[in-house]
Amino acid sequence: MGSYIAKRAIQAGALLLLVSLVAYAIMNLAPGGPLAVYLHNPQVTPERIDLLRHQLGLDRPWYVQYAAWLRGLLGGHWGDSYYTGRPVLEMIAERLPATITLMLSAFVLAMALAFPIGVLAATHKYSWGDNVLSFGSFFVWAMPAFWFGLMLQMTFAVRWHLLPVAGMHEIGDTSAGDLLRHLLMPAAVLGVGSVASWSRYLRSGMLEVLGQDYVRTAFAKGLPRRRVLNRHVLRNSLIPIVTIMGLDLSVLFSGAVITESIFGWPGLGRLFLAALNNRDYPLQMAGLMISAALLIFGNLLADLTYAALDPRIRYG
Amino acid sequence: MNSRALAPAGPVAAPSGQGLWSLAWARFRRHRMALVGLAVLALVAGSAVLAPAITPYSPTALDPDHSLAAPSRQHLLGTDDLGRDEFSRVVYGGRVSLLVGLTAMLVGSAIGVVLGSVAGYAGGWVDTLVMRLVDLMLSFPAIFLLLILINWTGGRAPVLMMIAYLGLFGWTGLARIVRAEYLTLRAREFVEEARAMGARAPRIIFRHILPNAMAPILVQAAFAVAGAILAEAALDFLGFGLPPDIPTWGNLLTQAEDYITNNPVLAVAPGIVITLTVVAVFFVGDALRDALDVRTR
Repeated sequence: MGSYIAKRAIQAGALLLLVSLVAYAIMNLAPGGPLAVYLHNPQVTPERIDLLRHQLGLDRPWYVQYAAWLRGLLGGHWGDSYYTGRPVLEMIAERLPATITLMLSAFVLAMALAFPIGVLAATHKYSWGDNVLSFGSFFVWAMPAFWFGLMLQMTFAVRWHLLPVAGMHEIGDTSAGDLLRHLLMPAAVLGVGSVASWSRYLRSGMLEVLGQDYVRTAFAKGLPRRRVLNRHVLRNSLIPIVTIMGLDLSVLFSGAVITESIFGWPGLGRLFLAALNNRDYPLQMAGLMISAALLIFGNLLADLTYAALDPRIRYG
Repeated sequence: MNSRALAPAGPVAAPSGQGLWSLAWARFRRHRMALVGLAVLALVAGSAVLAPAITPYSPTALDPDHSLAAPSRQHLLGTDDLGRDEFSRVVYGGRVSLLVGLTAMLVGSAIGVVLGSVAGYAGGWVDTLVMRLVDLMLSFPAIFLLLILINWTGGRAPVLMMIAYLGLFGWTGLARIVRAEYLTLRAREFVEEARAMGARAPRIIFRHILPNAMAPILVQAAFAVAGAILAEAALDFLGFGLPPDIPTWGNLLTQAEDYITNNPVLAVAPGIVITLTVVAVFFVGDALRDALDVRTR
């Protein structure tokens, strides 16, 4: 197991390196380069642009730039923002707690809803409730997330004044209750897709396990239904779900970009969108790398938990 | 049954003598929701095609005196902030959104089928190369890379560029499925036979094997259309979609965001249309999977 983890971790690292190389190349291939905004600005003279280019190190060959950037990345200096001049890492650290709060709440909310729903759907297969739920999950997948957010805002904030329209805190209010009120709609929008997919996977996983001989044996031994469902069925249908949850880490992060922009949530997603609009390349690169890292390590995490949960799976 | 001509020795024809497609249709018909879905799609696609004939106003005709009007007999879904008829804009928006969804699917499917089939048929280093490319593509968080690419050219994507980008990011799933299909099909007798008769690889790949791999491709393509429609709408919302003067469902929703207090219909209607269209595609795709007997993965 130890050597397997090491092998997979090295693979993940290599993949991340490759992704960074491709991303860096794409960034540098951009027409006009990072200083394109200034080219059409009459206030900025060509000499000034050359000077800027030199100061930012953009006059060096791209592979030298890449090597310098990579050294900085590993050494904890992710470059300075072209727009604010502040260290990228500092700007990210500022926004990270908001995004993590949002992702974690969505994750917890999705788990809290998906598990009971999945179990109920599996134990009441083809009942009207199960049909409504499968119907519902199709709708959830089909709904544009930002539209769902808009509808929630319209109903709960604008019409009924139950929840704040946007933001993370009322000014001057740092209480948990206030945060929770602001968090409810964004977490629901971000998590609803996972509720649908996790509960579906759990349902089909449980149905598969319910058909196994050992489940029939457990029932035949006279074990209480609850115990069979919890100990025998649920436990064994968790494995595919855990994989999906690992893969969903990056889905949640991508979703956060949209959710944060609906609800004015001061997180990384909005920072990244601002970096795009400002042509802030170091910040864009950082956002891309964080999301790629989440994706790659989410996969790794999924595989490892998979192995840990199922003793039958042994990697060499 | 003309697929016989396409696949001379393939196992396409069903044993009963009934064609694969009529058998599939018989199974498809059993899914009531899929039939409803087909009807919805026919309605949406039909109104998009016939847009000029069924809309009472031009989608771009301004009427500032009647801006943000509530739904009425004159304006079924009311008017937007510039007095443009929302119903006409939703119908015309369907033209763009469906066109982008369908063509992006075609681009993605073409790439996926070609790469997947060549990888699956050739095997060896070709297969390794293509599959590593798929892995690399899947290691990129698609939305972040898409946003960066679109931002290259100033933050909005013209229609053709949008189609190309969505297609470029939409081929990996299909490539994997097609490759797996080819891995099993290439060992079948009819391929052996074709090879023995002197057919070259391209002919075997596209004329002999492809018709037999059509079922999973069709199912995947149906879901790809839905994915492309949703992706395009999300990009519109983030401000990196099609130019704002083009009425798309995503742009309509985004523009309605500022008027959810004055005229909520503007935000409700396009969202319902997107959701219903995509749900319809899902139901059709789901029934198609069952009807064509495609293994779920």
